Amino acid sequence: MDDPIQCSTESRPSGGGAPGPGQALSMEADRCRSAYRWMVLARVLDDKLASLYRGGKIHGGVFLSRGQEALSAAIGVALQRGDIFAPLIRDTAGRLAFGETVAEALRTCLGSPLGPMRARDGNVHRGRPRDGLLPMISHLGAMIAVVNGMLLARRLQGRPGSVGAACLGDGGTSTGSFHEGINQAAIERLPLVLVIADNQYAYSTPTCRQFACQSLVDRAVGYGVQGHLADGTDLLECMRVLADAVGRARSGQGPQMVVARLLRLCGHGEHDDASYVDPALKESELGRDCLQVAEEILIGRGWATTADLAGWRHDAQAQIEAALAEVQRDPQPDPYQETWTAIASEGLRDGYPAPPA
Amino acid sequence: MSVTYLEAIRLAQARVLAEDPRVFIYGQDVGAFGGAFKATKNLAEQFPGRVIDAPISEDAIVGAAIGAAIEGLRPIVEIQFADFSMPGFNQIVNQAATLYWRTGVPCPLVIRLPSGGTSGGGPFHSQCLEALYAHMPGLLVMAPGTVEDVYSMLIEAVALDDPVIFCEHKLLYYHLKADRLPEAALPAGKARIARPGRDMTLVTYSAMVHEALAAAEELAAEGYQIEVVDLRVLKPLDTDTVMASVARTGRLLAVGEAWPWGGVTAEIVARVAAEGLHLLDAPPQRINAKDTPIPYHPNLWAAHRPTARSIAAAARRALQT
Ligand SMILES: Cc1ncc(C[n+]2csc(CCOP(=O)(O)OP(=O)(O)O)c2C)c(N)n1
Ligand SMILES: [Mg+2]
Repeated sequence: MDDPIQCSTESRPSGGGAPGPGQALSMEADRCRSAYRWMVLARVLDDKLASLYRGGKIHGGVFLSRGQEALSAAIGVALQRGDIFAPLIRDTAGRLAFGETVAEALRTCLGSPLGPMRARDGNVHRGRPRDGLLPMISHLGAMIAVVNGMLLARRLQGRPGSVGAACLGDGGTSTGSFHEGINQAAIERLPLVLVIADNQYAYSTPTCRQFACQSLVDRAVGYGVQGHLADGTDLLECMRVLADAVGRARSGQGPQMVVARLLRLCGHGEHDDASYVDPALKESELGRDCLQVAEEILIGRGWATTADLAGWRHDAQAQIEAALAEVQRDPQPDPYQETWTAIASEGLRDGYPAPPA
Repeated sequence: MSVTYLEAIRLAQARVLAEDPRVFIYGQDVGAFGGAFKATKNLAEQFPGRVIDAPISEDAIVGAAIGAAIEGLRPIVEIQFADFSMPGFNQIVNQAATLYWRTGVPCPLVIRLPSGGTSGGGPFHSQCLEALYAHMPGLLVMAPGTVEDVYSMLIEAVALDDPVIFCEHKLLYYHLKADRLPEAALPAGKARIARPGRDMTLVTYSAMVHEALAAAEELAAEGYQIEVVDLRVLKPLDTDTVMASVARTGRLLAVGEAWPWGGVTAEIVARVAAEGLHLLDAPPQRINAKDTPIPYHPNLWAAHRPTARSIAAAARRALQT
């Protein structure tokens, strides 16, 4: 959406081969640089989360986005303020680009009561529903219909114009919720963009045990929605396809299904060594690291210098270290301060058993 | 004029649609057709665009209602039969019921469940699932047993900020009538003494209120004064009213049409035993449906669920201990 927060141009090292005065960058270059910076921020944040996990600082699991930053960032930058985004486990980049702050991500992962989930939920289950950033529940496929409902509500309220993006993995497409969700969106012709990261595995299960169609995008026609394929390792292609899909949805062409092929470059979670991943896949085009591919694009087209890249990574690291230092000073959640109620209506809380005197 | 239980549901929905622009209805066949039971008859015509036909996708129906609630609307979901809420269970208990606790954003939505047996309904069109929903944190569960309550409680449910599981009883739809709609409602979450008595308390809800009242009438002929408590709301449970009644009578029989393992009657017995054992003159008892799927044939169906006669028999046994 916006430029990476706190990635100010002043901190960019000078003297590189970036375009000098008078050599204004094209809009495409600008967008690509911006998306790349979200990717770097996500990668560095993921690396930090992994090290916190190894250091025993994180309760529960840590799920990384490595290898999916290009696709995810492309979603985040294609959406506008006021749109709806339902990210999934590998969308650190998209979340940041959509407006999540590093601090709120860290607060949720570290279980801070000052985070948006107030230590009641953790890791990837975070968001701000009122700002259109949905906090996923674990049950795969379940967020699609929620996005549909938000879009439907805006139509009923006479507030059209926004787009809702929902993310899913290859494994998530085998759920009933996926089918119900995309079909519902199609019937109502909602401006939904369903982004499927076909990363070859669902935990340890390869795609051949998940679906029998040639490509998941073939399903689009069966649902009566427009389908798009993208190379998920290629930032420029992801940005082009996502911008197109979001534009079509916004202009009233109904739901869009984007299928991006790539490889998960990490375990399912940090507890998983992913020894089951086929080495041939790692060597294939799918196994390319999208971050490196993006760097080659930026350098190759003269849109950034190696010094720019180093500077941006440095900025990202500094931003994350600063946020972490702040978050680590947060108080711990206190069970005695917890309301222990899941009901909003005062006076309608089941008071049994009564609290001990 | 007389109003049926079903008509009261329709009128309550018409009223909230008219009074609250945030309300819309979403469910299968609810639009021009007026719903499988006609609980939304003419509403699509009266409120264009706000009574929306849904595909047979209970997961997505509830999911979309949650999304609409997040955006500030007040959806009423009609599930065609309570039994078919099961494919939507995940969205109800994991998404709707957890949203407020996880995020502080309330999830005001009403899920209408046409519940309970009618003869010939069989295993998949007769279920009473209130215990499943009451078990999960984050939901309110209502089970009105009168025309007045179904009207006022549905209006109340729409006004609440929490997801409400609204268990209507299909057996009451056409046969239960009242002279007029209520002007005032009982306080939210309060049980009602449906019949006062001093020898024993029958605690029940929904269609079983009428079986319990008939059992009380039968026992009155034998000289017993039976108090009947209509819970109305199952979660939260009005334990105070139940306990006060047991304090008066010293005997408890909890009556439910749902299955026996766990559930509302077990919860009533557990609470009374834990907090009011000293009030009891005899062990607390409960009566439920048999622990099998709900049978199809009227002969079997009538023997599967508690009836006035089986309730009276259970009460008699408890009265004699
Ligand atoms: C309905 C459901 N079943 C099982 C799980 C447990 N689970 C969590 S992630 C996962 C694999 C998901 O694979 P995929 O959809 O391909 O996404 P990826 O992890 O590859 O990004 C599983 C099985 C779940 N979250 N939801
Ligand atoms: Mg996968």
